[in-house]
Amino acid sequence: MGDRSQKIIYAVFVLAVILLGWGIDNAYYLQMLIFIGINTLLALSLNMLMGYAGQISLGHAAFYGIGAYVTAILTATYQVPPLLSLPAAVCMAMFVAWIVGIPTLRLSGYYLGMGTLGFGMIVHIVFREWSSVTGGASGFVGIPPLTAGPLTFDSERHYFFLVWTVVLLAIIMCRRIIDSRVGRALRAIHDGEKAAAAVGVDTKKLKLQVFVLSAGMAALAGFLYAHLIYFISPGTFGFVTSIRIVTMVVIGGMASIWGSLFGASLLTLLPEWLHAFSEFEMVVYGLILMTVMIFLPRGLTRGLLDIYERYRKNNDR
Amino acid sequence: MNATAKTMTDNAALLEIKGVDKKFGGVNALRDIGFCLNQGSITGLIGPNGAGKTTLFNLITGVFPADRGEIRFKGRPVNRCRVHELVRLGIARTFQNVELFENMTVLENILVGLHTRTKCGMLESMLRFPRTIREEKKAMTRATELLEFVGLQKYMHQRSSDLPFGWQRLLELARALAAEPGLLLLDEPAAGLNMSETRELGELIKQIKDQGITILLVEHDMSLTMSISEKIVVLDQGKKIAEGPPRTVQSDETVMAAYLGKAKK
Amino acid sequence: MQEILQYLFSGITNGAIYAVIAVGFSMLYSSTELINFAHGEFVMLGALSMVTLAAGFGWPLVPAFVLTVAAVGMAGLLFERLAIRPVRQPDHIVLIIITVGASIFLRGLGMLIWGKDAYSMQPFSDHPPIDVAGAKLLAQSIWILVIVMALTAGLHLFYRRTLTGKAMSACAVSKKAAWIVGIPTKWMVLLAFALATAMGAVAGAIIAPVTMSSYDMGTVLGLKGFCAAMLGGLGSLWGAILGGFLLGILEALGVGFVSSGLKDATAFVLLLLVLYVRPQGIIGSAEVKRF
Repeated sequence: MGDRSQKIIYAVFVLAVILLGWGIDNAYYLQMLIFIGINTLLALSLNMLMGYAGQISLGHAAFYGIGAYVTAILTATYQVPPLLSLPAAVCMAMFVAWIVGIPTLRLSGYYLGMGTLGFGMIVHIVFREWSSVTGGASGFVGIPPLTAGPLTFDSERHYFFLVWTVVLLAIIMCRRIIDSRVGRALRAIHDGEKAAAAVGVDTKKLKLQVFVLSAGMAALAGFLYAHLIYFISPGTFGFVTSIRIVTMVVIGGMASIWGSLFGASLLTLLPEWLHAFSEFEMVVYGLILMTVMIFLPRGLTRGLLDIYERYRKNNDR
Repeated sequence: MNATAKTMTDNAALLEIKGVDKKFGGVNALRDIGFCLNQGSITGLIGPNGAGKTTLFNLITGVFPADRGEIRFKGRPVNRCRVHELVRLGIARTFQNVELFENMTVLENILVGLHTRTKCGMLESMLRFPRTIREEKKAMTRATELLEFVGLQKYMHQRSSDLPFGWQRLLELARALAAEPGLLLLDEPAAGLNMSETRELGELIKQIKDQGITILLVEHDMSLTMSISEKIVVLDQGKKIAEGPPRTVQSDETVMAAYLGKAKK
Repeated sequence: MQEILQYLFSGITNGAIYAVIAVGFSMLYSSTELINFAHGEFVMLGALSMVTLAAGFGWPLVPAFVLTVAAVGMAGLLFERLAIRPVRQPDHIVLIIITVGASIFLRGLGMLIWGKDAYSMQPFSDHPPIDVAGAKLLAQSIWILVIVMALTAGLHLFYRRTLTGKAMSACAVSKKAAWIVGIPTKWMVLLAFALATAMGAVAGAIIAPVTMSSYDMGTVLGLKGFCAAMLGGLGSLWGAILGGFLLGILEALGVGFVSSGLKDATAFVLLLLVLYVRPQGIIGSAEVKRF
């Protein structure tokens, strides 16, 4: 993609955010859009790890949860201002990722999936059982709204602009990493670890770096989530969420930044639409997941593009 | 003292291998191997299948360490270095089965090859300093030059896996050169190439040598090896059985015995 | 002492269940290199079918058991034909999501059929608990152990003695080589799916009397069975059995001596330890190690 067209896309994106933010008055719709933003951050963070570097994580909700719980505990229990708890939450998740990543990233394929799954489950159990600190299974109440100096983000509209500014910055940062020396090395690891090492890429170090970065982004999403809802419970950060993040990335399209946005939007809105099916909701959701993966394994965006290409070729003949 | 040692190695050997042993399970893959590669030379490494050529390659490039013995590069012991550290020091390689980054373009493959010669880290890539942009531009120029050298500049935006096999080999060669190696190891570079492609490859290897790069070549194509190498090292069953100029090695009896079966004894 | 024995009994009982689930995982993995995240849901289907047939319709135990296992095995066949075979790009991330999708689908199906209630049923026989040095051993526990042992012995003989079993082992080593010597590998994959899911149904059917069965019971059981399979060595029959019992016993002792809340963590801590220290599992050989 050229530099020009990229700038145009960013401009369209900013315009869309401004229009939606000012145009929508319905609090429910705004809240949905905020959730889409938070989920986009999550999908983006995992896409860096899974889509670009090729390292699967089935425990990403753990970092999301660490971000949320650290800020909850700091701001509610210890009255730390949110501006200070933000770096604490992100750094904590990054630190945990660093410690866990050293032994875990030596694994690959299913084994890596299982290692990250086990880690995610353990963190989830810690949230649930360490009641004196985390509030246990019933959750953590009384998280204060986000304030930064004179600004308070307590209305949907303010929060909407905050979240989507963060998303835009995250997209730009990710794009920059991918188009740089580091990003190329990451993709090289995905294509062949042996060959990447043979051209001088320190694969161990780079995988750990991207894992830590990814954890930090997920924690940022957790931070935003906690101060949006004011209440968190362990159920939000379990295995099901980890899988949902993976699904967003894969459905949206691996190694595609705009795909992450698309996957996150779809997976946020789909359950809302499926409420119409009431008790058939789970069955339909499962079926959609399976069907997309069976027939469009490269994700919906890429998959539909492929189909379009084939259709066009057929017509040309 | 130190200075004299340095100049000595500069004049004599870029890579020294001394008394190297490697066992896998109970099998002696390599036993007491020793030879030197002179600065700016082409050396051919030959031997029947299972002679230990690939093992030796993997030892030199740091895939695994030797059990015993010493490998020195530019006078410095490199036994315990990891693969990517050796690339930084100046040892690059190609693979027998061509290991390109398939989902990346031809140009991007070369840019990854420049990894050790560029600096930008994760944080810097996000902040994108002027220095970062300058470095990227320089890398791009260098990559284009390398593609011109192997004649692939026209295809730089194609996916590397879309290239025909012979060109993939050339691309891999250019990618290895991007690391600005002092020593280049080529693992059967002519495998899968036709005669004219092999001849062109031979020319290219000579040109690389003329740039002052030392080359170690594992090759089954005897005509290529014998025509471009200044020295041949022959391995058989994990041992070095001969070393010398092509002509001497070709007429060596132990070598003939190893290749054709034992004639006498 | 008496307390330890009591924990041990419950550990062995749970361990036997984990072992059967783990065998299902291992069996499927060795013939297809696939980890079926929906495996736990087949356990749930087994348990709920058993409850319905035996307690709901009042069928005798043996036909209820046989029909349950056969029906879930059939579901496994269908699963392979409809969801796994048509996959266009069988790489592990895609397969993980498909099986996860299947697990959500099956859980939803379970909820549609049985609702959100939890069901229980009578033990297989109404013997009073046996007293061993002050600790009580439930009759159902003995049933579970006996069935698991018989099943293990049967599988062992199947793999060692029958042509089909040997053909399946051959597929596990190399599908291509097996195909070249004339083994119908596609049938073997289908058979592996049927057998593995039937294994899940057996696990479900035998725990139905000692637990409350509901549509969402499968996920945790599946994950733990998976941990057990990893613990012993993925792809090995005896590894799965060993891993299952080890996990059950350690978990029970963990509940006894640490805290019941941390019970679930045991499995995952063990999983991480095994992955970090010995990824091929306790009795898996280094060659089985697939990275």
